[in-house]
Amino acid sequence: MKSKKLFPRRSITIGTREALYGYSFVIIWIIGFALFTAIPLVQTFLYSLNQVTVSATGIILDSVKWANYSRALFTDPTFVQLLIEYSIETLVSVPIVIIFSMIIALFLNLKFRFKGIFRTIFFLPVVITSGPVIRELTAQGATSVPGITNTAAVGEFLAQLPVYLRNPIEYLLTSFILILWFSGVQILIYLSSLQKIDKSIYEAAAIDGASAWESFWKITLPSLSKTTVINAVYTIITLSHFSENKVIKYIYSQTYAVEGGIGYSSAMSFLFFIVLVVLLLIIYLLLNVRTEKKVK
Amino acid sequence: MMKKMIPGNIKSFLLGSRTDYGLIFKIILYLLLIAIGFVYLYPLLFMFVTSMKSPGDLLNPMVQWVPTEFFTGNYVKAFRVLDYPTTLLSTLLVSLVPSIIQAIVCSLVGYGLARYRFWGKNLMFMLILATFIIPAQTTVIPQMLTYKNLGLLGNILSLILPATLGQGFRSAIFILIFYQTFSSLPKVLEEAARLDGASDLRIFLRVAVPAAIPSYIISIIFSTVWYWNETYLTVIFLEGGIQTLPMQLSKFVQAYENLYPPGMVNIFDRLNEAVKLSGTFLNILPLLVMYFILQKWFVESVERTGITGE
Repeated sequence: MKSKKLFPRRSITIGTREALYGYSFVIIWIIGFALFTAIPLVQTFLYSLNQVTVSATGIILDSVKWANYSRALFTDPTFVQLLIEYSIETLVSVPIVIIFSMIIALFLNLKFRFKGIFRTIFFLPVVITSGPVIRELTAQGATSVPGITNTAAVGEFLAQLPVYLRNPIEYLLTSFILILWFSGVQILIYLSSLQKIDKSIYEAAAIDGASAWESFWKITLPSLSKTTVINAVYTIITLSHFSENKVIKYIYSQTYAVEGGIGYSSAMSFLFFIVLVVLLLIIYLLLNVRTEKKVK
Repeated sequence: MMKKMIPGNIKSFLLGSRTDYGLIFKIILYLLLIAIGFVYLYPLLFMFVTSMKSPGDLLNPMVQWVPTEFFTGNYVKAFRVLDYPTTLLSTLLVSLVPSIIQAIVCSLVGYGLARYRFWGKNLMFMLILATFIIPAQTTVIPQMLTYKNLGLLGNILSLILPATLGQGFRSAIFILIFYQTFSSLPKVLEEAARLDGASDLRIFLRVAVPAAIPSYIISIIFSTVWYWNETYLTVIFLEGGIQTLPMQLSKFVQAYENLYPPGMVNIFDRLNEAVKLSGTFLNILPLLVMYFILQKWFVESVERTGITGE
């Protein structure tokens, strides 16, 4: 009681009051985070260290230590293979999405008629992209670049390449449009940050004799560097969380498989999570190094 | 004087001047955009055209883009296989209800983050971003087992409960949208209301919420679309109970063969790609309708909410 009187009473109560009200607004999220993210995350980790059997009475855990992890990494040939394919495909797709959405955003930032129609077209896939729809479209060959994939020359060219090169190129050819379909949100993000660039910088550059080409490299691109990081992260996450992702499909199939089980698929989920974080770090560092150089 | 003017005018008309782009540039721009737009929409065009083809047209190599007849038989079949009216209603329910709840809860959290200072706010932002990155696979199994114990598997509550506690599908994005919206609103009105003796909840409901209506609309429509298209969680949580359109589409072959057993129907009623693509088109049709009605809200979402502000 006495210590309270040492401080001016009013300011404490105002500060505490504010914090209390703040907590009362966000408490619902904190509870939810604990119940639906933190606790399940810890539980999944525990499962990954055990052989899990679900019986009528409950869940039986049988400790196997790191056996599930070593099985996923060293014994299971499919999982590592899928993980590598997923990483390569993601690393290939990110630059395509970034460059494509930047070009489209630059186009849409110009002044011309029917701009709205084109904006509507390029955002459309965001609305309709779901796992089963994409699966059907890919199965019917609708997502490859029309007229390129089926020619004999391409097939022969691919057959001569080593496997680690052939898979990504084949992926590019068969799902090129699909990759572009993941650019909708990114185009809008680029567009809104293009509109935030101060027009007077361009005018000043033009007066100094800069061509449009020069002002693109010296003004536009550096102004977009932060947006590029946001877009790259967003692209990686949407590609990785997409339910048609090979790794996700494999983990799902193993959850209910007799030889797999919950313990094994939990271990694979964590390995997948780690790879996802590594990919995010790689892209983040690459882009950051590049932008820092530009600033200097 | 006149002679000099005309070539100059033609030149600026074709090549552009400081204020205008010029005809040649414009033609190239339109051609490029139309070409890219065609490639971009190619899967949809392909899907639509193929879904209108009769079995005869499918086998005929001459028929590529224009079917010989107006054939709706594929749609009749796909309509029956998907059990369309029932599935459509349950899909609407499954995507709309969690979305509305999610928008309300995320706005509360976003408001708390934008307007109050409290300990651990930065930590909370980091955790919110973490929920965006963490793959569902690492959290879904314990949830599923808990729901199983509670008997909630196949019940819409299994999607509503996380949304009620701010952990719905992609909730991080919506919290950030509301944080951004409320941060950019002027504080003056809220302070005036506080001086008039309004409570914090009342200020939020009467002053902040009405000013953030666009963000609510954007959050609800995006969330609806994402819940609609989400199949990983819905298959795990709802299978055996509610059927959504994407879930039904992913077992289209099986459902088709239940209705039209392959050994019992004639060759023209066998499952072919036209029927499958009709099913796919029926699947996205409600989304397309919604998109064309609400397209302004979709394409202006990023500007209106200022989500790129960070």
